Amino acid sequence: MSERPLTERIRPDGAPITLSEYEAAGGYQAVRKALGGMSPKDVLQVVKDSGLRGRGGAGFPTGVKWSFVPENPHPKYLVVNGDEMEPGTFKDRVLLEGDPHLLVEGVILASYTIGADVAFVFLRGEYLESERQMKKAITEAYAKGYLGKNILGSEYSLELYVHMSGGRYICGEETALLNALEGKRGNPRTKPPFPQTSGLWGKPSIVNNVETLCNLPGIIAKGPEWFKGLSKTANGGTKLIGVSGKVKNPGLWELPLGVTFREVIFGHAGGMRDGLSLRGIIPGGASTDYLTEEHLDVEMDYETVAKVGSRLGTGTMILMDNKTCPVGMIHNLITFFAHESCGWCTPCREGLPWAEKTLRAIERGEGVMEDLAVLDRLVVDLGPGMTFCALAPGAMAPLGSGLKYFREDFERHIREQRCPWK
Amino acid sequence: MLTEDLIHEIDHEAAVFEQRRGACIDALRVVQRQRGWVDDESIQDIAAVLGMTADEVDSVATFYNLILRRPVGRHVIRICTSVSCWIMGSEMLVEYLQRTLGIGLGETTKDGRFTLIQNQCLGACDHAPALMIDDDLHRDLDPGKLEKILAQYQ
Repeated sequence: MSERPLTERIRPDGAPITLSEYEAAGGYQAVRKALGGMSPKDVLQVVKDSGLRGRGGAGFPTGVKWSFVPENPHPKYLVVNGDEMEPGTFKDRVLLEGDPHLLVEGVILASYTIGADVAFVFLRGEYLESERQMKKAITEAYAKGYLGKNILGSEYSLELYVHMSGGRYICGEETALLNALEGKRGNPRTKPPFPQTSGLWGKPSIVNNVETLCNLPGIIAKGPEWFKGLSKTANGGTKLIGVSGKVKNPGLWELPLGVTFREVIFGHAGGMRDGLSLRGIIPGGASTDYLTEEHLDVEMDYETVAKVGSRLGTGTMILMDNKTCPVGMIHNLITFFAHESCGWCTPCREGLPWAEKTLRAIERGEGVMEDLAVLDRLVVDLGPGMTFCALAPGAMAPLGSGLKYFREDFERHIREQRCPWK
Repeated sequence: MLTEDLIHEIDHEAAVFEQRRGACIDALRVVQRQRGWVDDESIQDIAAVLGMTADEVDSVATFYNLILRRPVGRHVIRICTSVSCWIMGSEMLVEYLQRTLGIGLGETTKDGRFTLIQNQCLGACDHAPALMIDDDLHRDLDPGKLEKILAQYQ
């Protein structure tokens, strides 16, 4: 059994680990180590050396992201992105509810490194149990001197608050999240300036995903070489990997990066339910390209999944079986993105509803062959570089790849003027 | 009018932000938690408390999925219709709820007991299909289980 630093303490029933249990398992030793003798620069170097990459979807190297934060001005902010709204994604919830002190410790380490004075945990509005557990953990951490003025007798002070979102997918985009945290509509901001220099209220800010931050206590306590050794590939660490869809045993597991899709789907998730076969894999949340059975032996890490035309994304995969209609599934995904477009830029605001209506017509048996050319065109026009932020390009990932892999299913809908699955 | 308690709670939320308007979403959530939804008067009251215009507060309120600007029933059902739940049969649950309650999505039963709303992915994909009733998450559902669950909300 490989090491599971993120989830080893989590109980089978998911009931939260208390402060004393967390401490007994070695918790807060990384904070003691960092604040007791490492400079912020030392911590930054360790995180850079570990090669830790963002676990929220984009996979940007965390240490590099931090290195752009200037000395001044203050206050500086650390913001935890716990707005887990990517359809098919259910990983951060497990950490927030099951081991909230792991996140608090990760927040302290990140905040110390960038010199943050205040940190916010931004949670999606429906995660009420996560809110309860995080607030309880934060209260406990204040009482033991891990938060507040002069943490553990050091010169360093940090305030930590929880903010509940009003609910909108775009708030997972870091600049939209900052606007939401300022009490505004969650429209993304122009970059540059990047949040590192001008973020929350124009102050230097870092936005990191929950799982990313939860990796820090292990990295600081045990070092970068240990972290790299957790993985089967050049990308260091473990990853929370989930499976939903019609498998025998849907769930979430902490696995070494580099595990293959086959091991996850047919090992951990028990394979497809009886009578069903696998047709499509959306590897890491709704905004990643479909893969198929031919990709089962691909190793799950950032570069390898990218090489075959998709993304590791959030690492929580959605499986399409042979009795699920690809057109219906893609229509469901595009309906989500069309609803969640913030409306700021024209291609996204107008293009996604157009794609949705076209897909709906095809699914209902009212499509014409020319609709496929319209969809092909939209995949280009809403693709990378054509829109203000990554929402529409993310939406085009399953549509573009779906048109590639399941084109005969689209054509059959149009030829037969019905959904063959109904 | 907002009660003293509500104003106090909004002030408490606002204290952590560099600017008071940072607490706009918190304020909307605070009011909705007590009243079920946010009416026009509350929008004006929140604006006054946070030093914003009512239009600014309303533009924020209407942006977010979870802020309700129309009256709702005693219990709000938020059914997940996103991809994993869809694969696992959420359409069947939507049909069951619409038939049983006699309402469409976005509507409230005549007796004021339930409002039925479509929700984006609830992050319970390994236990799909799922829905929330008020603050409670219910998972691994089928119409039979749902029938028993509905009975708990009178």
